[in-house]
Amino acid sequence: MSQPLLQSAKCEISLTVNGKPETLHVHPMERLLDVLRHELGLTGTKEGCGEGECGSCSVLIDGMLVNSCLIPALQANGAAIVTIEGLATDGRLQLLQQSFLDCGGAQCGICTPGMILASFHLLKKKPQPTLEEIREGLSGNLCRCTGYMQIFEAVEQAARRGAAT
Amino acid sequence: MKTAPIVGTSVPRMEGRAKVTGEARYVDDMVLPDMLHGATVRSRIPRGKIKQITFGPGIDWNEFVIVTPADIPGKNCIALIEDDQPCLADGIVNHPEEPILLLAHPDRHLLPKAVEAISIKYEPLPAIFNMEESETLQQIVWGTDNTFKTYLIEKGEVDAVWQKADHIVEAEYTTGAQEQLYIENNGMIAAFNPQQGLTVWGSLQCPYYIHKALMKLCNLPADHVRVVQMETGGAFGGKEEYPSMIAAHAALLAMKSGKPVKIIYDRMEDMAATTKRHPSRTRHRTAVSKDGRILAGEIDFTIDGGAYKTLSPVVLSRGAIHAGGAYFWPSIRIRAKAVATNMPPHGAFRGFGAPQSLFALERHMDRIAQVVGLSPVEIRRRNFLKPGQTTTTGQTVKEEIDLGKLLDRALEFSDYQAKKERFAQDNQQSAHKKGMGIAAFLHGAGFTGSGERFLGSVVGVEAIADGSLRILVSSTEFGQGTNTVLCQIVAEALGLRYEDVTIAQPDTHEVPNSGPTVASRTVMVVGKLVQSAAVGIRKTLIASGMLSDSYTPEEFRAACRAYVAKHGKIRSLAQYEQPEGIFWDDEKYRGEAYAAFAWAVYIAEVTADLTTYSVTVDDFVALQEIGRVLHPVLAKGQIIGGVAQGIGFALYEKVIWENGRMQNGQITNYIMPTSADLPPIRVYFEELGNVHGAYGAKGIGELPMDGPAPAIINAIEDALQISFRSIPLLPEDIFVALSESATPEALASTPRGRE
Repeated sequence: MSQPLLQSAKCEISLTVNGKPETLHVHPMERLLDVLRHELGLTGTKEGCGEGECGSCSVLIDGMLVNSCLIPALQANGAAIVTIEGLATDGRLQLLQQSFLDCGGAQCGICTPGMILASFHLLKKKPQPTLEEIREGLSGNLCRCTGYMQIFEAVEQAARRGAAT
Repeated sequence: MKTAPIVGTSVPRMEGRAKVTGEARYVDDMVLPDMLHGATVRSRIPRGKIKQITFGPGIDWNEFVIVTPADIPGKNCIALIEDDQPCLADGIVNHPEEPILLLAHPDRHLLPKAVEAISIKYEPLPAIFNMEESETLQQIVWGTDNTFKTYLIEKGEVDAVWQKADHIVEAEYTTGAQEQLYIENNGMIAAFNPQQGLTVWGSLQCPYYIHKALMKLCNLPADHVRVVQMETGGAFGGKEEYPSMIAAHAALLAMKSGKPVKIIYDRMEDMAATTKRHPSRTRHRTAVSKDGRILAGEIDFTIDGGAYKTLSPVVLSRGAIHAGGAYFWPSIRIRAKAVATNMPPHGAFRGFGAPQSLFALERHMDRIAQVVGLSPVEIRRRNFLKPGQTTTTGQTVKEEIDLGKLLDRALEFSDYQAKKERFAQDNQQSAHKKGMGIAAFLHGAGFTGSGERFLGSVVGVEAIADGSLRILVSSTEFGQGTNTVLCQIVAEALGLRYEDVTIAQPDTHEVPNSGPTVASRTVMVVGKLVQSAAVGIRKTLIASGMLSDSYTPEEFRAACRAYVAKHGKIRSLAQYEQPEGIFWDDEKYRGEAYAAFAWAVYIAEVTADLTTYSVTVDDFVALQEIGRVLHPVLAKGQIIGGVAQGIGFALYEKVIWENGRMQNGQITNYIMPTSADLPPIRVYFEELGNVHGAYGAKGIGELPMDGPAPAIINAIEDALQISFRSIPLLPEDIFVALSESATPEALASTPRGRE
């Protein structure tokens, strides 16, 4: 009676989430998004469209930016995952998080975790991106509130302050 | 003694830290013990009688909670303006996606299959899908004449003017439906127990709308219905009315099952079933003198309300009042009508009717300019409203607004004249045609006419045990900055620090009804009330002898602590009272329509690519007078975000309908602007102040939605010399128009080989 994808027996996967090792029993085709939210209680990762278009569920897998709604749990086996909950250290905001606060990069906040992770990923690749590179780097993450300009400012400010280092 | 000013500075967003760390709690982040998941079975047809409902094989229906209209304890309606919209269709459906049955199950993965397994037999009835079909009255689908509401606004002697006019300019303009596309889909959780009653938590704008709807639906007294707003991931009007429906559904499932029930829409359900911006049609007939002065006008403004009344009369009202825009009309007659069709009901979306009627007007001004032989700049300059003149409803402009100056500044910021001349030259040789377009407009802040008086909003401010203050309002935060700005206002009013003030989570058991969070009213109207409630706390403390007239923030907190320790609590309420000298006639639609108007001039620079037929906006100047800017970063964010949605409204966002059903209910095929699509959006403010608003603020949220579409389509006309009168304007529309165009210049550099 279940959806076919979830009929298969659960399997064990081991992964590191925000630096913490986890071993979980999950359906192999369960979405990584659901594993993070429901199994690990990491609800900072958001669902916006469920089809990989909006980027709200963006997380890093082994340093790659992915839409976690499109990743089956099994694919995350052995991987190191970073979610929004993994960016601040000891209650201190990561520079990007602070810049999003300062510049008005977060309004309703629903796209913000994904947007910050996409920005984080961008700055890892290009520590001092041009405006065009920021536009391109964030084009997989939709925001309906801000019109993006203040997000660009936030990324530029974080880059200036050395967020990538 | 006086702390640094807080109003006018960009303090950190109150709930910002929770949002950038992922700690902010939205409804889908909440899980209750034994919670079931709910789903909605909807109509697949636009109109018909329900003949038979079959629960198909392959599903153990005993595992499911099933709710039908028979399970509704009270009246089967979603109470709003009129009780015409059922919570669950009972025997007859009037639009596609109309809710018919509800299901709940502990395993959310089982619900889609169960919904699929239910088959419904209908006896179809003829359905209508647009305003024209509705107006023929061949099918009556609502009331006796398919008409939800009409308004007539009249000023001067319109009929006497046509004879003596040098020019009569007539045209029709249309706008399409637009999806709000908040990134957080709609969702609600309901829990019920007979002692405490019903509680719902959800993504929503208006807690007390839901409270009212649930009382009637569930036949419960006010204190047995509790509505709590969770962090809300965007709304834009899209969570003004439909959340009452979802709350009602979750409530019915929770009452029947005795367990908490969560309903979270997926994107496709949210797009297909919930409200969108009303499609509109505006017909202009304008008498103009040979020197370009408007003498009189007739405007027919019609919107498609869909199958039920919902908020259409109010949307229509705002659209009608804004139809004359920022110009002086010696005589005018505006006829406005909201008609019924068998579409899902259309509803609130930022701007609320004004973006529709202002699109028509600002396109029409360019048309008048052409007929008269003036520039788009000059036609506007000659007709701008001036202080002392009256609007279409007879409201005297009291503030010292100088729209000509606003226009001059915008022209300068955009380098309008130089670019226009250069583009006219360059376009002759290029397949990339560039153009400049202007829109000048106004937007009324707060409820229309007597609306605020009827609402009679109440706010509270209280001190809590640690000596800090807490604001009690039902006004909700969904990204605009409600929390932040209201806290700024209280801190400023009392000479406290920003961190001395917090705001309560909107919860109908905790906060008074400060009215719905709509109509750009929160900062101006609720903010002013919060300011006076805050002052009430100070008065009480001083009267008690616990605080002297002059104090530091620390002394204020100490006085609050002492007062709370002695008396248990200190709370100050304030209620809206209509300012003196405000007059509005609901019958004749005359008088002071709004306590304040914000004013704006927007200028778009576009390129139309004759190879791809696509249009890009290259630069966008947004200059506005919004009273005092209380928080520069938030205010700028409101403008940029609104302009981005306006660009989508003009160029990208098209709902594809088939028999009343949305066919492109995905972010894949309903296209909103991405970070790669938008021009630099350059925001400038003028600050005149406003006696009615907190610290001189006016409304701001909706204004930026009004201007972008006409400015962009005006710019496209400047580039291509083709007058488009309908939005959204997609590349295929431009292709067709260019192919059919009679102007040889426009075709000269078209790649004919491709045609």
